[in-house]
Amino acid sequence: MRISWSSIFDALLPLIATAAALAIGAVMLVLLGANPLVAYGALIEGAFGSFNAVADTIVKATPLLLVGIGICIAFRAGVINIGGEGQMILGGLSSIAMGLAFPNMPGIIMIPVALLVGFAAGGLWGGIPGYLKARFNVNEILSTIMLNVIAVQLMNLLLRGPLIQPNQKGAAAIPQTARLAVEYDLPRLIPTRLHLGALIAVILAVAVYFFLWRTTIGYRIRAVGLNASASRYAGIKVERYIVLSLMLSGAFSGLAGAIQVYGVNHFMITDGTAASFTGSAGFNGIVAALFGQLHPIGAIPASFLFGALLVGANKLQRVVQVPAALITALNGLVVVFVVSSEIWRRKNARKRAIRELEEKLANVAHKSHSEGGDQNAG
Amino acid sequence: MLADLFTGSVLIGLLASGIRLATPYLYAAIGETFGQRSGVLNLGVDGIMLMGAFSAFYVVFKTGDLVGGVLLAMLVGLLMGLAMAFISVTLNAEQGISGIGVYLFGLGMSDLLFQKLINNVQTVSGFPVAPIPFLSEIPVIGQIFFTHNVLVYGAYLLVPIAWFVLNKTTLGLKIKAVGENPEAADTLGVSVAKIRYLTVSMGGLLSGVAGASLSIALLNVFQFNLTNGLGFIAIALVYFGGWRPTWVLMGSLIFSFVNALQIWVQVVGIPIPSDIAVMTPYILTIVVLVISAQRVRPPSALSKTYERLE
Repeated sequence: MRISWSSIFDALLPLIATAAALAIGAVMLVLLGANPLVAYGALIEGAFGSFNAVADTIVKATPLLLVGIGICIAFRAGVINIGGEGQMILGGLSSIAMGLAFPNMPGIIMIPVALLVGFAAGGLWGGIPGYLKARFNVNEILSTIMLNVIAVQLMNLLLRGPLIQPNQKGAAAIPQTARLAVEYDLPRLIPTRLHLGALIAVILAVAVYFFLWRTTIGYRIRAVGLNASASRYAGIKVERYIVLSLMLSGAFSGLAGAIQVYGVNHFMITDGTAASFTGSAGFNGIVAALFGQLHPIGAIPASFLFGALLVGANKLQRVVQVPAALITALNGLVVVFVVSSEIWRRKNARKRAIRELEEKLANVAHKSHSEGGDQNAG
Repeated sequence: MLADLFTGSVLIGLLASGIRLATPYLYAAIGETFGQRSGVLNLGVDGIMLMGAFSAFYVVFKTGDLVGGVLLAMLVGLLMGLAMAFISVTLNAEQGISGIGVYLFGLGMSDLLFQKLINNVQTVSGFPVAPIPFLSEIPVIGQIFFTHNVLVYGAYLLVPIAWFVLNKTTLGLKIKAVGENPEAADTLGVSVAKIRYLTVSMGGLLSGVAGASLSIALLNVFQFNLTNGLGFIAIALVYFGGWRPTWVLMGSLIFSFVNALQIWVQVVGIPIPSDIAVMTPYILTIVVLVISAQRVRPPSALSKTYERLE
């Protein structure tokens, strides 16, 4: 194996795609009457300007990473999970219900139990589209999107009803839960908002890497994604791995929701939208995973980058009066550009394959002639 | 006697709003039908609708020009459709994921422009009701079917046109050939790229109109995420309709009636939690997807990229 310019180019593609998106963002900023240098300066300042800012960036990156490693599993299995938002909500709801139902346990017991409950609930919610795809051949993109909306309504229903804070009564009641017991707060790592969840996410990213590339189940998941019919021919129960990968994918999003509740909010409130709880991490996690080339380790820096964009966007909004919605639009462009840039990767791969073949043929020819000419195909 | 009259008029109102509410589904789903028939899954419909909805709303808010609003929505939809075609046909990108990118772009961009250019929730006077002469005077039927605005009529006119184009013209034949077997179509001299560009950009244009129908004909308002996933339901309706315009019409009607019923239940105050009422159409969508997946087969080349061998 040798490193060629084209393989370096491949690795840099997501960065080039992001640069292109930011360039378009700069044009948009100019059109909106803002100086792009000032705007992006504010964005960087907002994301990295202080110790607290960096901590906030990591806190914001945590759900992106957890959703993102789940996305890596699903996409590697060839199924597209757009249901991160709903799965996060289910994880949040079930974990907070657990903590509110048993308010007097030691934190050391309740925190892991609640996080596991969130993991399981997200897994079940992700398992529904998995089952529907495996059993009835229902397009998982559409079913996961529908389940997102259903989850939001479920959240509104529960926060207005069974989970509502006991003193919120009557017509003016705010749909929010009581605060969880303080003992249940995820421990802070340093005296900032940075909590243990970030560390859990990184450890899990490494674990998922080993799972996908070093275990039989992981190998089968990837095999199904690469070629489902060949996998079936090889005796892999394709349907089982489709369900499993969507369950795992949902489970990591569910965990992201649970960690959001126990690490950041400590209660749940709804304004009727998913984003009020998830901060759109269910979608942005997809962006981060794609940016990390669907590799769980690659998702770590990618999540950090997009966490920075999200945190910095608030500062950008304050400094140049451009709504933070700009970042959602730019994230959309990053997705489009990263996916579109695959064409150059494929072209490069094809060129490399052809060149290697030519080299081999040249070597064979060289040997058979045995003249020692200095022809060098490279 | 009075109670009978009341329920009668309520029922008529319910049916009329069912007919009206099918409008955005129809524009978006018929447009998407063409794209999918040619083998392109455009998941960006919801984002394109949002951009169309905002553009139309902005024109009407600033100038009151309703036709201008629809035209701008069409133009914006067309451009975004062209972008999606470029991504999925020329660059051969994975269609499912790139469509989500287009959706996110539309979601963020429409919100950005809304906050920057209008900033607070406003209403406009949208398309007025234009009763069809004579037909609208037929008792009951007239009120249900012929007392709507022009964008509603347009949506229903689109169905026979789409049916005709797909089933009775050479273009329709080419579209279906490209969606079923692009290699064969290519061999016969049909340009796969040209056909797909045409269907996807037309789909974009119609999604733009679908958005406009929400913001300047049905709701007469714009706000963040106005569509609330309506574009995705429209895509599900294409599956439900088995990629045939007449069945897409059926699906759209079922949906809009369930929606009208859901709104009516809330207005009348029947004690069903509103969250469950809102949830119902989405649960129904999943059920519908399960049923339709058993019934019909999607176009063979759907969401598969096609690269010519050189």
